[in-house]
Amino acid sequence: MEEMRILSPTGVCGSGFLEESFEKALAKKPHFIGCDGGSTDPGPSHLGSGQPAFPREATKRDLRIMLLGARRIDVPLLIGSAGTAGGDVHLDWFCDIVHEIAAEEGLSFKLAKIHAEQKHDYLKKRLREGRIKPLQPAPEFNEGVIDRASCIVGMMGAEPYMRALEAGADVIVAGRSSDTAIFASIPVMRGFPEGVAWHMGKILECGAAAVVSRKTPDCMFAWVRKDHFVVEAPDERLRCTPQSIASHSLYENADPYKLVECSGTLDLTDSRYEAVSDRAVKVSGSAFIHAPRYTVKLEGAEKVGYQSVIIGSVRDPFIIRQIDNWVEQLEGRIHARVKQIYGERMSPEQYFINIRIYGKNGTMGPLEPVKEIRSHELCLVIEATAPTQDIASSIAGVVRHQALHLPIPEWSGLITALACPYNPAHLDRGAVYRFNVNHVVEPDDPYEMFPTEYVQIGTASKQRQRAAA
Amino acid sequence: MTMLANLARLIRSKNAGPFELTFDIMFDDAAKYRRVKESGVLTRERIAACYGLEPSQVKFFLCDNALAVKASIPRPCFQGDLRDADGHGGQQYAPLMDIEVP
Repeated sequence: MEEMRILSPTGVCGSGFLEESFEKALAKKPHFIGCDGGSTDPGPSHLGSGQPAFPREATKRDLRIMLLGARRIDVPLLIGSAGTAGGDVHLDWFCDIVHEIAAEEGLSFKLAKIHAEQKHDYLKKRLREGRIKPLQPAPEFNEGVIDRASCIVGMMGAEPYMRALEAGADVIVAGRSSDTAIFASIPVMRGFPEGVAWHMGKILECGAAAVVSRKTPDCMFAWVRKDHFVVEAPDERLRCTPQSIASHSLYENADPYKLVECSGTLDLTDSRYEAVSDRAVKVSGSAFIHAPRYTVKLEGAEKVGYQSVIIGSVRDPFIIRQIDNWVEQLEGRIHARVKQIYGERMSPEQYFINIRIYGKNGTMGPLEPVKEIRSHELCLVIEATAPTQDIASSIAGVVRHQALHLPIPEWSGLITALACPYNPAHLDRGAVYRFNVNHVVEPDDPYEMFPTEYVQIGTASKQRQRAAA
Repeated sequence: MTMLANLARLIRSKNAGPFELTFDIMFDDAAKYRRVKESGVLTRERIAACYGLEPSQVKFFLCDNALAVKASIPRPCFQGDLRDADGHGGQQYAPLMDIEVP
């Protein structure tokens, strides 16, 4: 095979793309369509709670166009990190949408569903064997962390996709996955150099993000050849330049030249970027260096507690000029009142009060270099995190009342210090989660962490009829 | 002297996963990039000082083909932790804007 063509409809399934761009790309006869469906970027709550970051209807709109397009030209559709976090509940949520669209459109195909959620027993076994290693920086990881985790997923490489393709899958929906692996898998299977395939994947996984000026999420297209790839956005109004493509390897990567995957490292040190038109860029010279050991990165989330939030503002310049002291006193009074209410039933370690002062250092906290307050008003965001929602809400009630009437020496008499825009003044946020692992597993092989189910959707005979037609 | 914000086409910060924060300082022409690179004001040490770190904790890159300077640091709070105020890490670059470039 001399050339392989690849279409990435958008950076995340559910974020949207222009159907017109997608149709233009289909006319270029891609050999497959790939799309990323998730990230850790929306935060730990999606992994912990099972809730996807993009709405179901938005995901269904994007997915319908992709599925119809892929089946129309009869090429594989590969989707990774389904439902944002790629755990089993996310994968089921996504596959449910696949089934629904297939039924509505009368589609028939073989679906591969690749799981990425990790069994706690498996992780404990690998941990005891010393085959779970920390990345930098990493939180403490032990059997207790595994027990407490709501969900831990492994980030799969290209191999589980390759195996599903060899098994005849038309559509692959995978749990948590390297975004790049979605796109590198088929070109590597067909014998294209790994440096070319993985670098192409790195550019395409973000859809049109690597163009000079992206106005809305949209499609990206690549031609992979023996010693280079060419990338171009199907929408003629979007331009790739050598600089825009080179710059893309900076985005969300700690190291712009070395991108670590399960099977090795994509090395962009000697990559060359050349314009082949005013809209397309040729990339060559990228290398892929195989790792001595195959590793799978873990992502996990655990429940921290339940949270209630009070949002209020302060306009009085007397309070603003002593805000640090005022807030310190407020915290003291909250703890005293909580002790009065709960006594021995709640120790200070069981709940957490966090007071953010917007207008002072809300965004950067202690790292804020501007020490002087230049604003005539401040916004306080005060969070109470506790073992149950009921306790968190109760503490938020305490926060409200203590903050309202905390005195300052400049005024005599009862003051009302906090302006509360909402009634009730607190917002219940439900369960809150944190990321609890930044480690890799050394599995025996690339597949053991990623079991695959195959499902025939519609009727196989319909598929044959279509192939015959 | 000019502020870095007046020379760069984009200064940004972003999560590089939940545990690291990365900064990109990007230029739209080679002359501006060279001016900043050769001025020596943008260094691993300078980034470390801005974010209260040791220079050894900062990954620092001069990316000639992208006309960009890049630095990555351990996240001040892990993404989504109770004290984290910037889930996407997108608003942590402001102190870099004021760096004076000769």
